[in-house]
This record gives sequence, structure tokens and C-alpha cells, in this order.
Amino acid sequence: MEQQQSAIRCSGITKTFGSVVANDGIELEVRYGEILALLGENGSGKTTLMNMISGIYHPDEGQIYVDDTPVSIASPMDAQNLGIGMIHQHFKLVEVFSAMENIVLGTPGKLPSKRELRAQVRQLSLEYGLEIDPEKPVYEMSVSEKQTVEILKVLYRGAKILILDEPTAVLTPQETEKLFAILRQMRAQGCAVIIITHKLGEVLSISDRVTILRKGRTISTVQTSQMDAASLTEQMVGRSVSLSIRRPEPKNVQTILQVVDLTVQKPDGSIGLDDVSFTIRSGEILGVAGIAGSGQKELCETIAGLLPAKEGAVLYHKENILNKTPEQIIDLGISMSFVPEDRLGMGLVASMGMTDNMLLKSYRNGKGPFVNRAPARELAKKLVEKLSIVTPGVETPVRLMSGGNVQKVLLGREIESQPNLLITAYPVRGLDIHSSYTIYDLLNEQKEKGVAVVFIGEDLDVLLELCDRIMVLCHGKVTGIVDAASTTKEQIGLMMTGEMNQQEKEEQ
Amino acid sequence: MEMLVKFLVAAIGAGTPLLFGTVGEILNEKVGHLNLGVEGMMAIGACAGFMGGYMSDNLFVALLCAFLAGVLAALVYAVLTVTFMANQNVAGLTMTIFGVGLSNFVGVYMVSHSENSTLKLPAQISKQLQNIHIPVLSDIPVLGELLFSYNVFVYLAIVIAAVCGVYLYRSKTGLNVQAIGENPAAADAASIPVTRWKYINLLLGGGICGLGGAYCGMIINGGVWISNSVNGLGWIAVALVIFAAWKPHMAILGSFLFGALRVLKYYKVGFMVGMPDAFFDMLPFLITALVLIGTSMRGVKGTHIPAFLGNNYFREER
Repeated sequence: MEQQQSAIRCSGITKTFGSVVANDGIELEVRYGEILALLGENGSGKTTLMNMISGIYHPDEGQIYVDDTPVSIASPMDAQNLGIGMIHQHFKLVEVFSAMENIVLGTPGKLPSKRELRAQVRQLSLEYGLEIDPEKPVYEMSVSEKQTVEILKVLYRGAKILILDEPTAVLTPQETEKLFAILRQMRAQGCAVIIITHKLGEVLSISDRVTILRKGRTISTVQTSQMDAASLTEQMVGRSVSLSIRRPEPKNVQTILQVVDLTVQKPDGSIGLDDVSFTIRSGEILGVAGIAGSGQKELCETIAGLLPAKEGAVLYHKENILNKTPEQIIDLGISMSFVPEDRLGMGLVASMGMTDNMLLKSYRNGKGPFVNRAPARELAKKLVEKLSIVTPGVETPVRLMSGGNVQKVLLGREIESQPNLLITAYPVRGLDIHSSYTIYDLLNEQKEKGVAVVFIGEDLDVLLELCDRIMVLCHGKVTGIVDAASTTKEQIGLMMTGEMNQQEKEEQ
Repeated sequence: MEMLVKFLVAAIGAGTPLLFGTVGEILNEKVGHLNLGVEGMMAIGACAGFMGGYMSDNLFVALLCAFLAGVLAALVYAVLTVTFMANQNVAGLTMTIFGVGLSNFVGVYMVSHSENSTLKLPAQISKQLQNIHIPVLSDIPVLGELLFSYNVFVYLAIVIAAVCGVYLYRSKTGLNVQAIGENPAAADAASIPVTRWKYINLLLGGGICGLGGAYCGMIINGGVWISNSVNGLGWIAVALVIFAAWKPHMAILGSFLFGALRVLKYYKVGFMVGMPDAFFDMLPFLITALVLIGTSMRGVKGTHIPAFLGNNYFREER
């Protein structure tokens, strides 16, 4: 391959936030006509680096070159003028605007008429094989449609250098393939593409070269063709790591909860769950797969007693626990623990320390009007030791802790209450490989103890390796309950979009 | 019939200061700033407008003083909330307390230094403040009185509201400004200069509130300085923004409707005659409460409440 022209080159980039060094002398280069993957654990400085290239942050030291010319990128406007477009992990779209209003937003010049604008957007979508309704408001869009708008937005501005921050985290395998096809086409048209992703399979399939960051430093830049998943992980983590997830054989499996024809309305009146039936069994992990917003949240919250159901029943030994208060449920002998998706909103109080967060679960057990902090503090200390939680102290507000540690605090507290049913929603979201494996081990430990575990997940590879059975949701309906060991990723992906209506394969 | 026309004319007059305040606040809220300082900015505008007119005897100078005073007051609020990211509610409430206090303080000082302990606008400006008689048009029966019998403020307010409506909802700049109030991070990523447009909107809005204040200071009390001339109109303007669904042309309608409610007690007919004035004083607030209930039931997406309203934006927040 001939040497192509350099699009962006970063030299010695350093950025500190307070006392935290996010980037420490980073070296990185991407050329026109190639896709560069940026790989690294959480906190290795990938997003910080990309934010500097797109003008959100300003580097403390170092120089960025665009087209081999030193540049200073002080604002997103500078980045745009240099032909750099970034697609952020959390979409930067105005919800109440239509696709085309979002696309034209902030561009220089006069506002084109609606007809002109529509034609321009159509033309651009055709060119890159993207499909979008220019008039559709963003709040009515699916995640992948929103991403399409983001891509069109940067193309409309004539970006030649494209940065995508974890674009596949919320996509189904099919949508991911579509996105990759678009990226390959951009590469063919001479664009430079930087893609950040945690998923090694994607790095191997899409990128030409990989730059690996660890703890804010550039570890190496390698040709993708010479690497495999194991060697990439080793570079990323700094030592060799076993990538397989343990799946102990389920023992002593008994049905503890039976969900029958459950229908739940979302607060806005739309259907959250539609006629859902399944069983939760002790001693096994039930995975729940589905595109974000397919009813996972409603499922968890209904079983946990937080959301009222419209129809159906949740049976515990023939007794319906729906519409019972949490106290009544506990009195029946179900000890349920719920690790919600929104850890610092619903799970823990962000401004409280570990001790007080422990108390939230146990203050009722105390006698008298005063709070006894000693046992809670003991428990907090015990968790810090047992789960190797990194924190300055058990009284430090949990919001100051990193994502992985916050999750350990939450999961640790829930497990300490010795549940027989443990519901976890996206417990490894945003965690790096090391913390994720700690969480998998904790869940397996509970399963072996005979706890019924529900695992709402988004990474299909993990679901397939960790869970015993997988239930797939699509638009609030169950599109299949399958045995994880004998199912492929593609099958699950099809069920997630509702295209394959696989009936229950399991033997009841 | 004659009474109805008189009632409508009075309603439009009473609604005019509300219209200034409402349009000013809409400009503020569209960039995501809930400015509770409208009352204060209007009070400062009232004082600056009156004193400017008193000393110069020139309406243009009076209006300019009121506008600039509103801009200055808004500048304090903008520096606090945009640049230093102070809490918007606290900054706004402070502005109200400060503005009303300052206005009354200056008023008392001026009164105590005047000849016969009263401040009355001089002759020329008083004449300029009178209702404008447009030849031919004002002489049309009924219509002439309904449409062409007002002072300069009424026409100015309607023109400003119309211009702001086009600015916010028809221009590309307006699209960018709306994006700031909805999702400043998205606007920033789309290379819109967020801080610059926040300042422009906050200052313009402040200036327009100041003009509304000038109406209160110079017209409501017939050209004589009396403390507390704004007297809560700024607060009704804040509520009217919701009533108008953040649209300036709806603000025109809303202001005149609320103006009508405010003067209704002077034009009681039929069953209303026996009802106490206090009931009519309460009506605007009752309607506001009903509107709030109504808009919240329509669902979030239908209303045009800027999604980021009340929150400050810090680009490097992680």
C-alpha cells in the first residue's frame, strides 16, 4: 500500500484535569483513505484525546497537525473549518428539531428553503447509501436513525476527517454492519476515519491500523492484519488476560418467579411491555437482550415493584406479587435485589459516601430514632477489601469514584443483603475489561449459591458466554427465549429486530 | 358597544408593559436562561426611563435610557450566570430585589431634591407620550379607536414582538439560538458560538424589559413618579411566557388577554357587578395556573419549553 497523506497527527499531547493526567504525551497519526481504531480501557484517555481534536478541550501541551500543518483548535468551529467532524458517544442532537434542521444547524450562510434543504439531504444520503426521512423529528427516531443524522451532519459540513466515539455501543449487529459498510465507503472516497470501540471483533474487522492507549499514554500503533484479539488485549491491559467467561453448570434449578402475560404501559402512555411471559429460575443466569428501549427498563421496574402493570401476573409460589409494596414482597420470603441501569440516580445517592449508601438499605433495621452508623461503616470497609474498591475513604462521596468502583459498591451492597433474586441492568456498561470480569465473577458466584440472576445486557458476545438462557425483547414483546450455548449472535440479532420469530426453544 | 371599545382599548394599554416583559423573557428563556429578574429589570428601566425623560424632556432619550439600563441590569445577570455559572434562580431573584430597591432609592433621592417634593414629567415629553392621532385612520369610527388610538409604547411593543418572532422562528440565527436552549452541547458541537448568543439574547431581552419598565414609570401613574410602579407585572410576564408557549406572536395575544383581566374590574357588567374587586385581581393568576396545568397535560414534546431551561452550560463538564 502506498503511503497516503497524513490527515491528523498529534505529537506529545498532554491534558490534565486537576490532578488527573488524562493524556500524557500522546502520539497518534491517521491518514486519508484509512480507518484507524483507537483502543484502550476506560480512563485511558481516548475520548479526551478526541475531544481535543474536535475543539471541546484544549491541550495543555503538544501540537496537533492537520494536513501536516500545525493548527490550534480552540473551538468546535475551528475543527469544522479544518474538515474534522466528530460523532459523539452521546449524540449531540436537538430532540425537537427535525433531521434536516439538525443537519443545517450552525452552518454558515443563509438558511436554505425547506425544499432546497430536503433535496440537499436526499442527495447526500444517496451518495453514501444512508436512509433518513429529513422531516422526522429526532425524538421519534431510533438510536441508529439518530446516528445516521449525526453522520449526515458531519458530511453536510464537508468533513474529510471523521471521528466516531463508540458508535456501535447501542447498535444491533445488523446495524453495526451497515455502519461499517458506510465507513468503508467513506474510506474508499478518501476520508480519514478514527473509530473508538471496546469491541475487539469490530476493531479487527473494520480498521486498517490500531493505536492502543493505556493510562493516557500511546502504547503502540500496529497494522490490524498482524493482530488478533488476544494480542490486542495484552497490549491494552498490559498483561495477558483470559478472554473467556466462566459458565458453571446450573445446579438445583427451580422456578422462583413466573411472569405471565405481563403488559405494562410507559408513563407517557405507550406500550412498554406487551404480553410478556417467562420464568426466572434459581441457580441460573437469565440474559435479556434487545435494542435499547425495547422494554428492559419496564421489565426490571415492574418486577421490582416500582412500576404498576396493566395486565398479567408475576407469580411467586402461585401468589401474585404484582402491585404489592416492597415490604409485602419481602414478607413473602422473596429477597430481591435490583441493580438499576442508572447507578448514581436510582442505585446510589451520588453525594453520599459509601457508609451512608449502605445505610439506605438497612436503616429500617435499627432501633430507636437515631441512626447507628457503625455496622454500615463496617460493611463498607468489608466491601472495599473484598472487591478491591479504589476510594480515598468510605466517607468519600460516591460520585467522585470511577464507574467501575461505583458499580462494585452497588452490586456489593445488593449481594450483601443475601438476595434470592438478583436483577442487574447493564451492570458492565462503561466498565473496562478488568472491572467487567470482576462483575461477571460476582454474578457467577451468586448463581452457584443458588440465586436467580437476571442480566440485562447489550454486548451479545457477553450474553452468549455468561448466561444460561437468553430472552430477546423487541418493542416490548418477547421474540424468543433461547439456550445460550446453542445460539449464534446473528440469530439473536435477528430476533432483536423482530425479524425472526423464534418460539420458545427451551423445554418447560 | 361604546363601553366594550373602551374596555378593549384599556386592555391593550394594560397589556403593553406585560408584552415587553414577556418578549424580553422569551429571548432569555430561548437560550436556556430562566431569568426571574424581569421585575427588577423593569423597575430599573422604569426609573432610568422616567429620570431620563424628566431631565432631558425628550421621549427618545427616555426610551434610550430605559433600554440601556435594562441592558446593564441584564449584563450583571449574564456575567453571573453565563460566565461565572451562578445559579440562575438565585441570580434572577437577586436581580429583582436589587432592581426594585435601586429604582425606589433613586426615586426617593430625586424626589427629596425636587422643588415641591413631586416629580412630574415636563411638558414636551408629556405631549410625546400622549396617544398618537393618525390623520384619517384614527377618525374611522370604532376601528379607529380600537386600532389607532394608542401611545408610542403600544406600537413599539407590537413591532418588537413581531420582529422577535421572525428572528426566533424564521431565521437561521433563530434556529441556532433555539438549539442553545434545547441542547447547548449539541449547539456547541455544531460550532454555534453558544456564549456569544447567550449574551446577545440576555442583553436584548433585558433592554426590552427596560422599555416595559419605562411604560410603567411614565404612563401608569400619569407622568408622576411613584415608587413601585412595576408592581408585580414582571412576575406575570414570567408566567405569560408559558402561556405564550415561548412564541412572541402568542405573547401579543396573551398580554392583551391578561391586560383585559387586569382592567376587567373597572368594566363590570351584569352578573359581575356584585363581585368583589379582589376576585378580578386574582383572575390572571388563576388563568396562569390553569394554563400551567393544560400545558403540562399536553405532553413535553408538544410545548416549546426549551429543554435545557434553567441549567448552565459548561463545555468541559465531564
